[in-house]
Amino acid sequence: MFKFFKKSKKNEDENIKEDIQKEEVEEENKYEEGLEEKELDKSDESNNGSEIEGKKEDFFTKLKKGLSKTRQGVTEKIDSILKSYGKIDDDLFDELEEVLITADVGVNTTMEVIDNLKKQAKEQKIKEANDIRELLKEEIEGTLKKVEDSKIDRKLNIDPSPAIILVVGVNGAGKTTTIGKMAWNLKQEGKKVLIAAGDTFRAAAIEQLEEWANRADVNLVAHKEGADPAAVIYDGIQAAKARKSDVLICDTAGRLHNKKNLMNELNKIFRVVEREYPEASKEVLLVVDATTGQNAILQAKVFKEVCDITGVVLTKLDGTAKGGVVIALQSELNVPVKLIGVGEGIDDLQPFDTKSFIEALIG
Amino acid sequence: MVFESLSEKLQNALGKLKGRGKLTEKDVDLAMREVKLALLEADVNFKVVKKFIKDVKERAVGSEVMESLTPGQQVVKIVNEELTSLMGEKESKLEFSSTPPTVVLMCGLQGAGKTTTAGKLANLLKKQNKRPLLVACDVYRPAAIKQLQVVGEKVDVPVFSMGDKNNPVDIAKAAVEHGKRNGNDLIIIDTAGRLHIDENLMDELEGIKNGVNPNEILLVVDSMTGQDAVTVAETFNDRLGITGVVLTKLDGDARGGAALSIRSVTGKPIKYVGMGEKLDELRSFHPDRMASRILGMGDVLSLIEKAEESFDAKKAMELEKKIRSQQFTFDDFLDQLDQMKNLGPLDQILGMIPGVNSKQLKNLNVDEKEIVKIEAIIKSMTKEERNDPSIINSSRRKRIAQGSGTSVPEVNRLLKQFKETKKMMKRFTDVEKTMKKKGKLGLPFF
Repeated sequence: MFKFFKKSKKNEDENIKEDIQKEEVEEENKYEEGLEEKELDKSDESNNGSEIEGKKEDFFTKLKKGLSKTRQGVTEKIDSILKSYGKIDDDLFDELEEVLITADVGVNTTMEVIDNLKKQAKEQKIKEANDIRELLKEEIEGTLKKVEDSKIDRKLNIDPSPAIILVVGVNGAGKTTTIGKMAWNLKQEGKKVLIAAGDTFRAAAIEQLEEWANRADVNLVAHKEGADPAAVIYDGIQAAKARKSDVLICDTAGRLHNKKNLMNELNKIFRVVEREYPEASKEVLLVVDATTGQNAILQAKVFKEVCDITGVVLTKLDGTAKGGVVIALQSELNVPVKLIGVGEGIDDLQPFDTKSFIEALIG
Repeated sequence: MVFESLSEKLQNALGKLKGRGKLTEKDVDLAMREVKLALLEADVNFKVVKKFIKDVKERAVGSEVMESLTPGQQVVKIVNEELTSLMGEKESKLEFSSTPPTVVLMCGLQGAGKTTTAGKLANLLKKQNKRPLLVACDVYRPAAIKQLQVVGEKVDVPVFSMGDKNNPVDIAKAAVEHGKRNGNDLIIIDTAGRLHIDENLMDELEGIKNGVNPNEILLVVDSMTGQDAVTVAETFNDRLGITGVVLTKLDGDARGGAALSIRSVTGKPIKYVGMGEKLDELRSFHPDRMASRILGMGDVLSLIEKAEESFDAKKAMELEKKIRSQQFTFDDFLDQLDQMKNLGPLDQILGMIPGVNSKQLKNLNVDEKEIVKIEAIIKSMTKEERNDPSIINSSRRKRIAQGSGTSVPEVNRLLKQFKETKKMMKRFTDVEKTMKKKGKLGLPFF
């Protein structure tokens, strides 16, 4: 009895949220006006298909440009180093080490590559710096291949319906924005999407998600700020069942992985999902900022323990960060990167493509 | 813990130097290689690391070390000094304008923590008798204005906003006027997160700067940032001429090498660090303490300050007296536990104690539940029993175990530990007595 009473009250709350979404058209106009000042080519967010396609290309070029910066970085630097050294010596290896480390590839991976290189050079009695180029390329490719070949499925695990996507990560990684973009993408694919506003901690996080739900034109289940996030997710699951949603996307508050209580809270949310929605396909996505350094690996490790992450979303790749941490993430933890964020627009979430990433990285 | 793993690594590297008679250049090289790797793993920028290693090596391999009696100590000292000077010699404060209002402009990448930091800063300076005004200039991110309003409400500071339809430059200008009229002597401008390569948005920031002439331009940086921190900081500094840096999310376990990198390439001081999600968790940055901490010398000063805040001085005096007179009871023990809890999570405190290195801590795993149990056991004792544990016989033990929801062996263990602690304290006071008498320590090897 009591449980039922509680639920119906929450349903009322949902209705209120849905009412808010009816003002959608107005909101969208507001949004476009805001953007006009920022960047003209970003202003047409949700018009007809052809325009969106044209834009998508723009973003691909943007990404390629970004990644080619990385490529120039790595290969050109390697070339100029090899040229400036005649014979192989320790300083040469030090400099090669530097090139890899500055791409955030990670100390472990770098040391592995360099150590192998040293060994090979000794065995094959290579003395000239120039002769080492092919060897180095092989080594780097070998490391990256490990990433590529490990039979990784990069598709979101959302088939068959219903599906639930739990989005987790540290503060400021870009979870809410990613959810907005993801909801829009899935909606374009013809899925019925519902979002649960599980970040009940940060100021105005719910309002932010509401705005994204409006833009993507999907429904939102939310409680008030300060509510129990597990309860929000619980209600989200009930609503998704009742409305026969294809995908339920759950937002969570940002949390540093070394905060025990917050990680316990996340584990509780995870358990609610397991218990209440066993029939759903599950995807637990860790959102990682591409500018993050080696700490990303620690993050992934702890989040994996607590809520069994099944994939990574790498955000803010439109900056100058090289995103080399991808290699460390995949080779050390075997967690595939599934999506990448390359801009602030609603369609700036792209699938991660290993081949083009590797090509761009070493050319 | 901040820099924990870095200090662990350096301890490993420098441990090899300790206890040796003389140092060869090869030894130094070996140690420096590990210092280098540790710094790199901590996300310190490669160029910064290189320069650092070169400086330290130059000083270490010189006669200075070779001729000294304890070369290991000397190297530790040099690394510490260089690290401190790299991070800025002393703590740096916010500069206030002689003609109010002081205008502070916050900038940084998306998700660095600008809005939260703006709220924390307002809160902190309000306590120092300023009258801050928060200004919402993030017109792009959904609900950013609302977020600042909520934060402002929480810390009870007014928030100036003109919605998301106005130009941020105009909002900033209007806000300063508004602040002047309303007697606000501190204006903190929150801006939208932006990539350093986004020309339009960087132009906008420059526009705000030219429009309001801020006294302080603070770059907010996530302490988890990797090698790219240098590029970001350099670009923001070139375009705006930042006056300082706020390092956020330092309560995470990122090693925070970005702090060293940014300081080194921009020359601008780190003025504050964010140490938690609550709005009072903004601290000033102490470079010297941080350097000591990296080297595993413990953040002693912080610990002392924290202890001073939490410990009741009078109670401590009483305790000391009791220990001397052998009257330490379970009640005092309970008091101690309470005060310790005020200090914060135990493992955090232990991490600040020099000599307790992070590696040992990992295995230690302080069990706070164990403390709860101890408390329950003590609280299940009668007053008499607490004052004189020797009267606790087996039937009393049974009763205590039942009352506290523990078992008799657990009660026994506590009683035994207490007895031993008392014995230990007696030894300490005895040593002190002999010291006073003989004027030196009563230990066999002295």
